[in-house]
Amino acid sequence: MNNSSILNSKIFKPLLISALFLLFCVKPTLSFSQEKAAEASEKPFDPKEVVFEHIGDSHSWPVAIPFMDEHFVSLPIILYTDKGLEVFSSGKLGFHHEEGHEATIYKGEHYSYKLEDKKVVAVDEAGEAIKDAKIYDFSITRNVISMWLGMIVLLIVFFSITSAYKKRVGKAPKGLQALLEPVILFVRDDVAIPNIGVKYVKYMPLLLTIFFFILINNLLGLVPFFPGGFNLTGNIAVTMVLSVIVLVVINFSGNKYYWKHIFTPDIPLWLYPIMVPVEIIGILSKPFALMIRLFANITAGHIIVLSLISLIFIFKTAWMATVSVPFVVFMDCIELLVAFLQAFIFTMLTSLFIGMAVEEHHH
Amino acid sequence: MDLVTPNLGLVVWTTISFAILLFLLGKFAWKPILGALNDRERFIEDSLSKAEAAKDEMARLTNENESLLKQARAERDQILSEARKVKEQMIVDAKELAHKEGARMIELARVEINNQKSIAMADVKNQVATLSLQIAEKVLRKQFEDHQKQDELVSQLLKEVKL
Repeated sequence: MNNSSILNSKIFKPLLISALFLLFCVKPTLSFSQEKAAEASEKPFDPKEVVFEHIGDSHSWPVAIPFMDEHFVSLPIILYTDKGLEVFSSGKLGFHHEEGHEATIYKGEHYSYKLEDKKVVAVDEAGEAIKDAKIYDFSITRNVISMWLGMIVLLIVFFSITSAYKKRVGKAPKGLQALLEPVILFVRDDVAIPNIGVKYVKYMPLLLTIFFFILINNLLGLVPFFPGGFNLTGNIAVTMVLSVIVLVVINFSGNKYYWKHIFTPDIPLWLYPIMVPVEIIGILSKPFALMIRLFANITAGHIIVLSLISLIFIFKTAWMATVSVPFVVFMDCIELLVAFLQAFIFTMLTSLFIGMAVEEHHH
Repeated sequence: MDLVTPNLGLVVWTTISFAILLFLLGKFAWKPILGALNDRERFIEDSLSKAEAAKDEMARLTNENESLLKQARAERDQILSEARKVKEQMIVDAKELAHKEGARMIELARVEINNQKSIAMADVKNQVATLSLQIAEKVLRKQFEDHQKQDELVSQLLKEVKL
């Protein structure tokens, strides 16, 4: 009687869907816990390793495929060595979860390679690292792939709304266009115009691209499975590139007042030895602050969420989830806010700095 | 330390990717989108200012209409009052004229009557005179048929005449 009522009830379908969904999401975690449990006798659970595995970069992409043990997708490794270019699949080096066993050595054209601490190093026959081999790693890593995913999303979204603007000339915005138009207008009217002033038009493409690039990657970073599950905007290399671009833009748009303020400020001459170096440091410290702020905020959020999840495995009881999961949900809400906030702050400060560089002084 | 060491490969890929993204979005998305937004804002502003102008024009027209109406009303009142005045004047004039005419006609009638009367009187006088003369003649003839009587009368007349 109960069975039939459950099967016939209207909630059966949603239940089934949720169950499947849970299975898909939890599967990697479950297997991960089993794996860890199996290893527990040899090695205790190390949350630091788990957290850093996530927030760092990797040569393979972990994906959740139900009922299969392989949870990693190989990514191409591109090496520029002192002897020439080398391209091969990361699968040939084995995956990081096999660590603890002997690392797989792949014999390439120029050197033999193995993964050491998630980095590709050149090794000799005996498996010892060759110190004088110069290897520059330009691999398509997990973060590169995820960046491209984010870019594809951005391109699809904005090309579709561009066509909407072209098709619906003189009409009210609709759908996706109506959703994103206030955001675009926000960047223009509340970020660019108040900070930069009349010259804002030239900087709009950069500001909008920075804003949406950071935003989409922040948001995708919050999704725990495909197409998310990475830490791109919390990667120092990415934030560095963004802030170097900002640095270049600021200093190339700086007018004579900007440079005068740095090299010949209106102060007594004896203060110059102090002030000029301070101002020059200021040129670099502004983008540097941008780089660190974004990196630290996003990474910190990811670390907190992962630490809370790790608690379950540290205590080795599912009951811990009753504590962890609400906290994780709470953190995710905060991270959602932070995702928007950091994209906003980065764009805001960029336009503020550009505004300071292009400001006309009337003495 | 690994965390804060930028990875060269990722730096290169990020730079290339971001440059491509900036180019693609800048050329094919931001430019048309911002252009469309600007156009629409200008259109809205235009429409608003046009609406404002239309409203002003409307108000101006209404004002004009009202003043025209007021003027027309005043004119009508003035015309009416003038007409009334003219009417009264006319009545007064007509009365006076009628009065005068009446008086003149009466006067004429009186004069005519008088004339006719005097003519008639003169006529009557003549007839009376003629008649009296005829009567007197006849009487005299009758009286003076007898001689004695003539003497009596002469004597009487003589008696009456006192010298």
